[in-house]
Amino acid sequence: METHAVETALRWIVLVPLIGAAVNGLLVRRMPRRIAGLLACAAVGVSFALSVKVVLRLVGMDAEQRLVTDTLAPWLGLGPLHVNIGFAMDQLSAVMALVVSGVGFLIHVYSLGYMAHDAGYNRFFTYLNLFIFAMLTLVLGENLLMLFVGWEGVGLCSYLLISFWFNDEANAAAGKKAFIVNRIGDFGFLLGMFVIGTTLLPELHHGEGVFSFQVMREYAHLLGPVATLAGLLLFVGATGKSAQIPLYIWLPDAMAGPTPVSALIHAATMVTAGVYMIARMNFLYVLSETAMAVIAAVGAVTALFAATIALTQNDIKKVLAYSTVSQLGYMMLACGVGAFAAGIFHVMTHAFFKALLFLGSGSVIHAMSNEQDMRLMGGLRKKLPVTWWTFLIGTVALAGVFPFAGFFSKDEILWKAWSQGGIGLWLLGFLGAGLTAFYMMRLVSLTFFGENRASDEVKHHIHESPATMTMPLVILAVLSLTGGWLGIPHFMGGQNHFETWLEPVFHQEAAGHHEADLVQELEHGALGETVAVLATSAHVTHDVIEGLDHAGEEAMEWTLASASLAWALLGLSLGTWIYTKRQGLAAAGQRFAGGALHRVLLNKYYVDEMYEAAILRPGYAVSERVLFRTVDAGLIDGLLVNGSAILVAIVSALLRLFQNGRLRFYAWVFASGAAGFILYLTVSG
Amino acid sequence: MTFVTDHILTWVTFVPLAGALLIWLAARSDASARFMALGVAVVDLILSLHLVRHFNVTQATDQFVEHVAWLAGGRISYSLGLDGVSLWLVILTTVLGPLVILSTWTAITHRVREAMGFLLFLQAAMIGTFLARDMLLFYIFWEAMLIPMYFLIGIWGGKRRIYASVKFFIYTMVGSVFMLVAILYMSVQAGSMALADFMLLDLGAEQQTWLFIAFALAFAIKVPLFPFHTWLPDAHVEAPTAGSVILAGILLKMGTYGLLRFAIPLFPTATLALGPWLAWLAVIGIIYGALVAMVQKDVKKLVAYSSVSHLGFVVLGLFSLTTTGAVGGVYQMLAHGLTTGALFLLVGVIYERRHTREIADFGGLAHQMPAFATVFMFVTLGSIGLPGLCGFTGEFMILFGSFGSTLLPHAKLLVVLASTGVVLGAIYMLWMYQRVFLGRLSNEANRGLPDLNLREWAVLLPIMILIVVLGVKPAPLVDRMTPSVERLLQPLHAEMARLQADDPQPMPLVTDLARLTEEER
Repeated sequence: METHAVETALRWIVLVPLIGAAVNGLLVRRMPRRIAGLLACAAVGVSFALSVKVVLRLVGMDAEQRLVTDTLAPWLGLGPLHVNIGFAMDQLSAVMALVVSGVGFLIHVYSLGYMAHDAGYNRFFTYLNLFIFAMLTLVLGENLLMLFVGWEGVGLCSYLLISFWFNDEANAAAGKKAFIVNRIGDFGFLLGMFVIGTTLLPELHHGEGVFSFQVMREYAHLLGPVATLAGLLLFVGATGKSAQIPLYIWLPDAMAGPTPVSALIHAATMVTAGVYMIARMNFLYVLSETAMAVIAAVGAVTALFAATIALTQNDIKKVLAYSTVSQLGYMMLACGVGAFAAGIFHVMTHAFFKALLFLGSGSVIHAMSNEQDMRLMGGLRKKLPVTWWTFLIGTVALAGVFPFAGFFSKDEILWKAWSQGGIGLWLLGFLGAGLTAFYMMRLVSLTFFGENRASDEVKHHIHESPATMTMPLVILAVLSLTGGWLGIPHFMGGQNHFETWLEPVFHQEAAGHHEADLVQELEHGALGETVAVLATSAHVTHDVIEGLDHAGEEAMEWTLASASLAWALLGLSLGTWIYTKRQGLAAAGQRFAGGALHRVLLNKYYVDEMYEAAILRPGYAVSERVLFRTVDAGLIDGLLVNGSAILVAIVSALLRLFQNGRLRFYAWVFASGAAGFILYLTVSG
Repeated sequence: MTFVTDHILTWVTFVPLAGALLIWLAARSDASARFMALGVAVVDLILSLHLVRHFNVTQATDQFVEHVAWLAGGRISYSLGLDGVSLWLVILTTVLGPLVILSTWTAITHRVREAMGFLLFLQAAMIGTFLARDMLLFYIFWEAMLIPMYFLIGIWGGKRRIYASVKFFIYTMVGSVFMLVAILYMSVQAGSMALADFMLLDLGAEQQTWLFIAFALAFAIKVPLFPFHTWLPDAHVEAPTAGSVILAGILLKMGTYGLLRFAIPLFPTATLALGPWLAWLAVIGIIYGALVAMVQKDVKKLVAYSSVSHLGFVVLGLFSLTTTGAVGGVYQMLAHGLTTGALFLLVGVIYERRHTREIADFGGLAHQMPAFATVFMFVTLGSIGLPGLCGFTGEFMILFGSFGSTLLPHAKLLVVLASTGVVLGAIYMLWMYQRVFLGRLSNEANRGLPDLNLREWAVLLPIMILIVVLGVKPAPLVDRMTPSVERLLQPLHAEMARLQADDPQPMPLVTDLARLTEEER
């Protein structure tokens, strides 16, 4: 009975925010604002409480058995193609559900204050609840299709919320861009699903859901031949959702949405969906070295590339946006080198400190009468004390300073990049980390230090935000400090509880199983014993080497961690020094690079312009001039359709000439016909 | 009641026709004509629900069969039947029926009696087309649909209505003539006009090829398949809203229905040889329709071209020759009927208020008509295949089924190309939405426009509910379609088995199919 209650709790985690959205949405014009906001917060609060309840149940289970499932109904049963509507929570989904509902709840509360004076208040909370519903479907769906439902659902909410203030057409365009770029990713996602589905379908027993994560994992050994193709296609989807090269272009524009949206959707939760998906499909990805290498490379390059752009942006939210792209690159890098747990660890810590930074920037923007240009800020340290202190904590956490959350997760990623990827990947990540510290301190200096550069009118209105906004900041600041302690690595004397918790999800049962099968098969053969002996001795040798390596490895971990820390501190100090004491130096730096490099960075490497010139404009021109005007209107309709009609008209007009009713004409035709006939006979005869 | 239930198909088909005659003869005022038409359509809907309730889920063959000898000593019969494919198309027709009539309430103000009569007449002909199991009867219903549609466009249409209606009439007529010749040829061979007897014919490959082409041409024009589509934008732009809704919602499905009901099972050899060509035309249509839709300046024309794209998906699904793809195709017919029907209704709402459909005349409409904008967004999402709404279900089955097809050469390439339609669909719909609804309310003429009224809600809400239901709960519909679709594909499997028996060294493709069919048993 008790278990049953826990299982059905799973569906309510997802459905309660949907109910919240439905009630607020249907009564959008009747609902009093206070009630609408509180209802939305309560709905997410319930989701969080229920998530905690189910997670506690998971904790009480055996490590290998941790799974709660809740199947609602079959969605489709078409011959062998079975898909269920259902939810499942294992260790990975547990982390994601807690982060989504927990951080989601804090951001809902924050929005009560931030959106208090907005005309679209009720509509805002409707969308926000709808987003939580979709995001929880994504992380709790029991199969790839449910994940995709959530995947598209969060994309829709992102679209609706980016273009929330649609009076400005630029915002509407940004929302549309986000949706369409994500659709390009989904194109790959769908094809990846088809590859997996058609590969597995003939092998399944009746009633097994082909896209169920359980089933796919069980049959993972069959996916070997298509792993690279399927893995890369799904990764195309992930580059869209998680803003990786080449599909990251929508995320900076997405900052057009209200700031709580940037914090919730475009930093803490939705954009990590690609990382979650890859971690979820780990059993597929480990089968393809190529796919993994591509993910690691794309992640590492994105991490550095986006960090360079963040150096030059003047809009406070744009800096944070490129920072998010960069941090998502680190998560991808982790997945690419097989350190899925490290990637998810960074998903969690990043959710804390990046949500904090965005909400902090929201508090700044709120105080500055909606100004977002940092060149018109400054000196806010004294006037916004809570915002300042929490923002500082978020900054050092993001920069990766010990003992803040970002240190542990980023260090874990860089270590795994070094030990499992290679020095090149590590170097890209390492360089990016220093830049991260630098651009964040540039942001902090321009915003909080020095003199305020705003107009007197704006200056007059500067005030600290209300408690609904500062309380979430404080809680997130605490989490940004302590969140990393869940994963203190072994070399520092910790237990790395986080990795241990996720271990059963990422441990390669299927592959191991397959190998064991192979060994068993060989053992039954003639060479059986020899092979068994060889296998054992190889195992022993491996253990010995590992033991010897262990000491050296630990030293290396210490070295790298210290280097990262020193590098981060250097970045932080340089950023502070240049942008408070030596403003001239920054300008000189810009001049030194001849201004050209600065201009390229400021304009984001002109990538948007390239897409525009290479794809959008030619695409429209061809569709308009060639397809529509020439082929459709001209060739098909004009020449062929109406042309044949005209031809019929001409022929009938000609024939009509002969049917003119004049006797003399008929006689003349008859006579000339007869004459022709006789002529023919004489000539041929 | 058995009087009704024993001949339920006849009742469902002819109640609207009787209603039409009644209105023409007896309706005294415009209002009474409207109410009578609405009443008749509602009665027909209720009658059709009987079909859903008493439908045997596991039966693949026709149900509620009526068969009466009619002409030529019984060689021509009055023969109606309903399987899992016809079932949902009939329901789609009877559901849209009353909604369409309700949508004309204030839009059609002159010659109301005639309009109501034609709408009901059209409904009878459409239902008959889905139910007829005698080829002459089918052909009669098929051509009968043209007459009311011709008048609906020609009398209540826009500026170029005469051009559009004549073009529509002649174009579809030309295609049908070839089909008539093919039907007559086959009836001589079969000794009757019964579809069942046609199915028993053992036709040679060459005969099949010519007959298939004659049938497929008639259906391809109706779908319309690229490049036979140019009558459609003209017809849609000039047709009154009600005409467009029926045209897009149901009439276009006659083509895809015909392909599945007749062309594929009657001519399996030709289908295997020529089907891939149609699949390629379908995929070209998906991309071409979407790109051309993107550059349209008139909302209605944009939606019309989007139909070319969506129907391409249907044809691809059918000619994947897989159960999943073909079921997806039938499902997509329903989904497209709902979403595109609703889009034309919505375009009608704004046209009635502003008498323009130019995108450039709008902008920021969401400020003035928030409910209308919300409904439009919702239907748009259904149309572009957001998972959880109806469009996705059909597209998913089509693309997934086609991807695994062993009978369609280059199936995977075709699916890759077709899937770009998913991206393009989002582009043209959302871009149009942005230009019409978002931004500032720039055109003063749009200020003060009233939002949706109660009647308009009554028309749109049932469709919105169905868009969700078909997205979330496809199983009840799919379960009822699948056996019938499998039955329609059965001749292909038999043909493959025969080829295999003839060929001592079977192609890998053939063994795959044999294995598949064995599993299905």
